[in-house]
Amino acid sequence: MTTTIGDGDHFSLHVNGIRCEVTDSWLGESLLDVLRDRLGLLGAKGACEQGECGSCSVMVDDVLVCSCLVMAASVVDQPIVTIEGIAPIDAPSDVQAAFVEAGAVQCGFCTPGLIVAAHDLLERLPRPSETQIREELAGNVCRCTGYGRIIEAVQQVAVRRAGGGS
Amino acid sequence: MTVVERVTAPAGAARPGTIGTSPTRPDGVAKVQGRFEFSSDLSADGCLWGATLRSPHPSARIVSIDLSAAWQIDGVETVITAADVPGAMHYGLIAQDQPVFASEVVRYVGEPIAAVAADHPETCRRALEAIVVEYEMLDALLDPERAIDASHPPIHPDGNVIRHQRIVCGDRSATGDVVVEGTYEIGMQDQAFLGLEAALAVPDPGGSGVELHVATQWLHEDRTQIAACLDLPVESVRLVLGGVGGAFGAREDISLQVHTCLLALRLGRPVRIAYSRAESFLGHVHRHPATIWMRHHATSDGEIVKIESRMVFDGGAYASTSSAVLINAVTHAQGPYRCPNAVVDGYAVRTNHLPCGAMRGFGVVQACFAHESQMDKLAAACGLDPVEIRLRNAMRTGDPLITGQPVLNVAPVERCIRDTAALPLPDTPVGGFPMEDGALDVMRLPGGAGRTADRTDIVRGIGWGVAIKNLMYSEGFDDYSTARCRLADGVATLKFATSEVGQGFVTIAPQIARTILGVDDVVLDRIDTQVGSAGSTSASRQTWMSGGAVDAACRTVRERLFEHVGRTHDVDPLRLVVDGTDLVDTVSGWKMPVAEASAGVVIDETVEYRHPATGELDENGQGNCHTAFAFVAHRAVVDVDPELGLVKVVQIATAQDVGRALNPLSVLGQIEGGIAQGLGLAVMEEIIQVDGLIRNGNFTDYLLPTFLDMPDVVATLIEEPDPHAPLGAKGVGEPPCISSTPAIVAAIRDALCQVDGVGKPLERVPVRPSDICL
Amino acid sequence: MAVLLPDTVDEAVRHLTAAPESTVVAGGTDLMVEVNDGHRRPSSVVAVNRIPELRSWRHDPAAATVTIGSAVTYSEMLVGPLAAMVPSLAQAARTVGSPQIRNAGTLGGNLATCSPAGDGLPVLSAVGAEVELASAAGRRRMPVGEFMVGVKRTALAPGELIVSLTVPVVDGWQGYAKVGVRNAMVIAVASACVVLDRSRRTVAVALGSVGPTVLRCPEAESHLAAALDWSTLDVAPAELGRFAELVSEASRPITDHRSTADYRRHTVGVLARRLVRRASSAAVAA
Repeated sequence: MTTTIGDGDHFSLHVNGIRCEVTDSWLGESLLDVLRDRLGLLGAKGACEQGECGSCSVMVDDVLVCSCLVMAASVVDQPIVTIEGIAPIDAPSDVQAAFVEAGAVQCGFCTPGLIVAAHDLLERLPRPSETQIREELAGNVCRCTGYGRIIEAVQQVAVRRAGGGS
Repeated sequence: MTVVERVTAPAGAARPGTIGTSPTRPDGVAKVQGRFEFSSDLSADGCLWGATLRSPHPSARIVSIDLSAAWQIDGVETVITAADVPGAMHYGLIAQDQPVFASEVVRYVGEPIAAVAADHPETCRRALEAIVVEYEMLDALLDPERAIDASHPPIHPDGNVIRHQRIVCGDRSATGDVVVEGTYEIGMQDQAFLGLEAALAVPDPGGSGVELHVATQWLHEDRTQIAACLDLPVESVRLVLGGVGGAFGAREDISLQVHTCLLALRLGRPVRIAYSRAESFLGHVHRHPATIWMRHHATSDGEIVKIESRMVFDGGAYASTSSAVLINAVTHAQGPYRCPNAVVDGYAVRTNHLPCGAMRGFGVVQACFAHESQMDKLAAACGLDPVEIRLRNAMRTGDPLITGQPVLNVAPVERCIRDTAALPLPDTPVGGFPMEDGALDVMRLPGGAGRTADRTDIVRGIGWGVAIKNLMYSEGFDDYSTARCRLADGVATLKFATSEVGQGFVTIAPQIARTILGVDDVVLDRIDTQVGSAGSTSASRQTWMSGGAVDAACRTVRERLFEHVGRTHDVDPLRLVVDGTDLVDTVSGWKMPVAEASAGVVIDETVEYRHPATGELDENGQGNCHTAFAFVAHRAVVDVDPELGLVKVVQIATAQDVGRALNPLSVLGQIEGGIAQGLGLAVMEEIIQVDGLIRNGNFTDYLLPTFLDMPDVVATLIEEPDPHAPLGAKGVGEPPCISSTPAIVAAIRDALCQVDGVGKPLERVPVRPSDICL
Repeated sequence: MAVLLPDTVDEAVRHLTAAPESTVVAGGTDLMVEVNDGHRRPSSVVAVNRIPELRSWRHDPAAATVTIGSAVTYSEMLVGPLAAMVPSLAQAARTVGSPQIRNAGTLGGNLATCSPAGDGLPVLSAVGAEVELASAAGRRRMPVGEFMVGVKRTALAPGELIVSLTVPVVDGWQGYAKVGVRNAMVIAVASACVVLDRSRRTVAVALGSVGPTVLRCPEAESHLAAALDWSTLDVAPAELGRFAELVSEASRPITDHRSTADYRRHTVGVLARRLVRRASSAAVAA
């Protein structure tokens, strides 16, 4: 069965466990634009429109992708998790807390994408080596920090999750 | 792994959140949750989108502009050009030479010609495509030398030379036993902040004023320029800082500010403009490309006798801050070294290239690449190693610059070098330690995942760079910052217009207030123009300047509190001090918590902080034109694949003169982040223009260092509090990106020299693979 | 505009037959770059990322081939038995963009875009892959070398869909190397894939980013095949040097903002030489 979405059709996305109706969008729009401009989810950031900076990183079907390179209408029915769905506002995740504590945040523009990518990394590789952290996060460009504190934050979470420290 | 050592540990256990500790950023949680509102996240009810039509030509006369087709497009609300600018037609930070919209000629690819407002970005795009501009091509001025020798007609009424400054110091006929020279080139670097230019303008009813939410480095200067172009009184233009996604100098100049306000005022509706990455490359100024010839004379044992230099900075089409960038370059030509004699000639010129202006390091980056490359040549000529030549010439407190200005700040140049040299070299072999399966970790080799090299293809080199950087504004500029402190019921509220661009002033301002006032609760008011100017977040100046203003405002409030307590508790205010969170009578020992002492009292003080006045340079470049100086040393360890020209920076060691680390974690963040930008300039970052057209204005081809390009950083903070600085703290933002670049290039040269005993001069940055291997 | 999300190849082909101007999208990593910058406004899009046949791969031990669905992502090629059977493809996949790009980008998309810098393409050429295409007229197969016609030009006919790539499981050694100016997330300045097929005693060398499309190096290949000691995969230094020269001579690079023709020509020779050296060391280690 082919799902067909035509001009003027609404379509729905499953974002952070909620079914969201997308109306009035041009069907070629990227998931990033739909999240930000149609659904009001401003956490994912756009900084390059080419998949070269990672600021727009989200999970689609449990896979980390650049939302600027996903055609929104092509991911109907697939679960999408954005930075807003990573953790409740009143209970930041361990990764979020570690980023703040370790000084991994300066201007913060790259941060939401990095948080999503770091969560994905630690799910797949619970005890990453430093080189693995660098390779797995290489799609997320940060212009402020030089990455040192970000690596530190990810390492701290890995150690804590393994029970090695408070 | 990164190691930070604090040479001077803070005395005693500091109270959490005060000066010397590293509290977390107040905006940190919002930023990690994606809730922090950047300027590109702003919107308003009934908001329209704006967009800008830009020139496709570097030099052309505008014959006609036909807007009629654009007006016909459904959803287009207005189209404006230069004819719609009510006030000043030009703006600029130093000289007002840049048109709001080009009307007669265009002078660079990307120059704004018109703007539209419409219901959707896609409508804007179609409207821009529908505008027909007829051009008559003009001969483009692309060679800076033709601006200097006047062989090209003026491309602007202000002429083709933006500024010429020479420095003549000591005996210009002096010579040395050893003479080395070179001609160095620095490519055009982009600040490449991630948070693209964006603004939201909300007009007042009736068009009597406008509120602009914008990511900028200096709200008040923007306001002055915007108001002039809008022909509105300054007080009718209110600026609010939109969340800033990095700046690095690129937000000092006006970009979309006037356009956004014009569209909003024309329509009586809110308008937002947001640049794409491609437009951003055209829409802000860049680091000046420069050509620097330099000759050093020295005694046979390596003591500098004289430097000669000629510097040419390509300012592009408009002046921006080129004249100040040039002055920084020529006055830093000697580097952090004693130099009794000098002849330096510098030009900042106008061409039909992209306009250039401020970027982190501001002219000193270019000068430093030249003088540090020269120091290595001098070392080789004198048979000294790179550390020894630098130690022999290291500047000390009180030594004069070639401008005649004595360096009165703490000048721990020798200590920067020695402490850097004492940091451990990397213990990892080329390619890193083998992985668990015994295989080579390709990600640690030059070429990375490309698997271009095996361990035997790699040579490791070590190189040095040392820098001096001026802090704050120079040449007589009335440089000040304003802060307001309000103490009520034990809560301090701070108000300032200091742009928070990521550097962390919002973290250290409360630290200062907690320390001075003995309160724990500090609230930051909105950053906007409803208080006096803070000056720009640039020139490594806000810790000193706005930190000084917050410090002074808090101290004034504290005096008033002492007076109040003196009256109400019958103690001599002169005997009162704040100790921790208590107010203490130093004679009787009586104490009272500050929270209790300030209960029911409201004390509100606004203070302007100024640094001592600076002077102008005379025609021979003599004068006390700078305010203060900071120093830094970098040692780079680099693995090089000589046959393919690929490079992996393995480690940067650095000792930085910070005066006093108000927030050590923030300082480290500045050091690592600055080094990343220095690395970018050394080996990958350059805007390439061919015939005035940008060829790589996107992140696919303008390469920024990634996680895999950044080395380990080993840092030592040299804390010798500067008596001239209000808190003893020097600015720390710029030095990391200045001498890291020449250190990396020197390390590449060192590796190549090991291969054949000759090496390569590598006199141009960024160093390209073909420069190394062909 | 319409976006169609078929579940089967037949449905996809039906849509493409009805609307041959449709744009096929799999990972979106090439298409959306053009859409985002306004260069492309497709009238109809057929998204193939949910067609099971395209999302899977299968090994045929009898034929000694592996058939990889066109919507298999780079991340999927990087690991497990697929990576073990076609190691140079795994090596090439690891150099593609970032984890985000590798999670979305597909082998079929790489081939359909047919950029001179496409990272998977030298591998497909060197291992002798065949592409399977589906249309209303049925299915056909052709060598990828014939499919890649020029800069971003292929033999794909209107209404046709790339279904899969069938790759021989080579008895011998294979390797891929790529030069970029950054240690991650970089477009190839030059790349090379070398395949040494022990049972057939043939050498294949394919180059990326040094011509309008992937280039093979017939003279270098036959030179090395003759010079190589096939039991040790060793080769005399002078012969290896000559091989590298022949590889450089086979390249047809241009100068652009990413690099110069001279550097690219030099680089492919060095890469090819180093890959053969790597094969020899691997043979020694084994």
